[in-house]
Amino acid sequence: MDTRLNDEDAVSVRVRKEAQPLYATRIKVYPRAVAGRWRTIKWSVLVLLLALYYLVPWLRWDRGPGAPDQAILIDLEGRRGWFFDVTIWPQEVYFVTGLLILGAVGLFLATSLFGRIWCGFACPQTVWTDLFMLVERLIEGDRNARVRLDRAPMSGGKIARKGLKHAAWLAIAAATGGAWVFYYVDAPSTVVKIFRGEASLEIYFFIGLLTATTYMLAGWAREQVCTYMCPWPRFQAAMLDEQSLLVTYEKWRGETRGKHKAGASWEGRGDCVDCTLCVAVCPMGIDIRDGQQLECIGCGLCVDACNQTMDKVGRPRGLIRWDTLARQQDRERRAAVGAWRALRPRTLLYGALLLIVTGAMLTAFLLRTDTELTVQRDRSPNFVRLSNGDIRNSYTVKVLNKTREERSLVLSLDGLAQASLAQVGDGAFTVHPDSVGTFRILVTVPATAAPSGSRSIEFIVRDRQGRERAAHGAVFIGPAR
Amino acid sequence: MPTKIEKDAVTGTDTTGHEWDGVKELNTPLPSWWIYTFWATIVFAIVYCVLYPAWPSLDGHTRGVLGYWSRAELAQELDTQVRARGRYVERIRATPLADIGKDPELLNFAIAGGRSAFQTNCVQCHGAGGAGSKGYPNLADDEWLWGGKLDQLHATIAYGVRNAHEKSRQSAMPRFGADGILTAAQVGAVTDYVLSLSGHGTAAPEGAKLFQDNCAACHQADGKGNQDLGAPNLADGLWLYGGDRNSIYRSVFYARNGSMPAWADRLDEATLKMLAIYVHSLGGGR
Repeated sequence: MDTRLNDEDAVSVRVRKEAQPLYATRIKVYPRAVAGRWRTIKWSVLVLLLALYYLVPWLRWDRGPGAPDQAILIDLEGRRGWFFDVTIWPQEVYFVTGLLILGAVGLFLATSLFGRIWCGFACPQTVWTDLFMLVERLIEGDRNARVRLDRAPMSGGKIARKGLKHAAWLAIAAATGGAWVFYYVDAPSTVVKIFRGEASLEIYFFIGLLTATTYMLAGWAREQVCTYMCPWPRFQAAMLDEQSLLVTYEKWRGETRGKHKAGASWEGRGDCVDCTLCVAVCPMGIDIRDGQQLECIGCGLCVDACNQTMDKVGRPRGLIRWDTLARQQDRERRAAVGAWRALRPRTLLYGALLLIVTGAMLTAFLLRTDTELTVQRDRSPNFVRLSNGDIRNSYTVKVLNKTREERSLVLSLDGLAQASLAQVGDGAFTVHPDSVGTFRILVTVPATAAPSGSRSIEFIVRDRQGRERAAHGAVFIGPAR
Repeated sequence: MPTKIEKDAVTGTDTTGHEWDGVKELNTPLPSWWIYTFWATIVFAIVYCVLYPAWPSLDGHTRGVLGYWSRAELAQELDTQVRARGRYVERIRATPLADIGKDPELLNFAIAGGRSAFQTNCVQCHGAGGAGSKGYPNLADDEWLWGGKLDQLHATIAYGVRNAHEKSRQSAMPRFGADGILTAAQVGAVTDYVLSLSGHGTAAPEGAKLFQDNCAACHQADGKGNQDLGAPNLADGLWLYGGDRNSIYRSVFYARNGSMPAWADRLDEATLKMLAIYVHSLGGGR
């Protein structure tokens, strides 16, 4: 038979083929409750993180009069970040950049050591999804009850349960969005305003936005976020190696899997009794026995589930366990199992990076000045010739006073002989606490001392004791000769 | 015109009936989501036309049932701005001109407000930083025709120079050459004398005598000028219409008599004050 197709056939074959859907239909995941070591750790982390999230805005910190008394406050309107005794000005936003870099490198280090510990335990998506699942379980029951309820026809009871669940979810979501705005405004006074309907439109908008996202992501999207939306699973493989601690399945011991009758021999079969508990408890709805996969968030709930079953059937624990791929291979080959190597080039590199960035941040932080100076020269006219022939340039000088007290300072000029400084207005050269003082300064030199063209000069601010507090370069322009 | 619509055997879709050199085109229907979106945009447009101003008419436009109008919104925003500034503006109105400089906050506001009004109303002649140009005084230096004190500046800005306003600064230099008061030679001699006042060259005694007879009444015997009359100082190095011999000759021959509008007719009291303070702060204020 001639297997070559002519063009006509090729076209018709392609056309007759079933239309391929472009995405897999979602299969709803009904995670089952499980008890055990990792579940306990997950609950503890959840309580700790949620407590931090909800309570931190209520911490008070006395900064004296005229300053907010909230320990952590990002005051966008006042353009200040308050962090206990530290005040961050907008031009110091690079500290935030530094924190983000620290976060990223910290994540790399944690992942190379313990796998996706962030995803499994600390990620907001995981924490809030866990909380929402708990609410769901309390209202609708555990896995089997929930499956039954979803398959049941619509009835008064079903509507009541579903309605109650969504109401509870929305309440938690609103509390989440509400707590978020407290990081940006004064919490105690704002909470009253919110309930009285007196808060600003922005506040209600952001509460609404974060309520909607929390409800959608933790209530509806859940594992879809990790599998399809989040970039982290896509490139975490680059952080992992055979020495990272992961959730692993001992295939060599578990297979061949199959049901096991009590009392029957374990000869010629694997330890896995195919109870599928590990699949039932998985919040991602995957089977860990398929090996490492992108969807696994490394939460360890299947470890708890499998250990339960192993205890029941009387086989050793750890068929699903936290382990490194290298040690798993040792076990499979019945070789001596090597120790876990936490220190290796990858982790040392991440650790060093972490130290360097922390060091740079600390250095920058300790070298922060409480006074800053900026100088802007009037460019039109470039210089003014006075009636007696003197040459004058004028400058707008801004002094940033980052301290909490009124500062009386002295301005002087370096790099221009015979220059005299004059300040416009009758005010003194003083700056209010935690604010910027703006001054117009006129610099005049006799015609004989004026530079031809431009000359670099430096403005210096000193305190009353004569100590230099800040300096800023500028130029003085004279008529070209 | 479609000529021959046929059914395509492979897809079961009709062709458009056109044929270009043997190439036929399928008349595949548009995706339904596209059609729905298209209709939705039409519905949106109709709803928009009902709700908002949309169609021009001979004497304006349709108003829309919501009563929204972007110009009204702008007016409201401007009003909000004015009210936000009102606190300061009121203080500036209430504070005597001489005392505004004593309050750094108010001074900075006045300088900023003055700068903004200056950029709108004054830069056309006086330049962005008040540097002026030929015939338009430099406001950043320390020479003033009508005085550089705050109140003098305020009066000059408010009532202007040589205009129809009743309080306007008034003075007029005679057209010495053009009206035949002096001969061309005499104008030349005076010009040389004026140049010598600021150390440029030497002048014949005739020029000095002519100056004392014709010019000293306003420009003073020593040529230092008189700010009550807007008579410039001729003895310094600054010239409004150019300091070369030719420019000075023309000034004497034809006179200059520049003018400036009265701003009191156009700007409110607080703005005039802020302008005076801003000009004063440019560095030449006395």
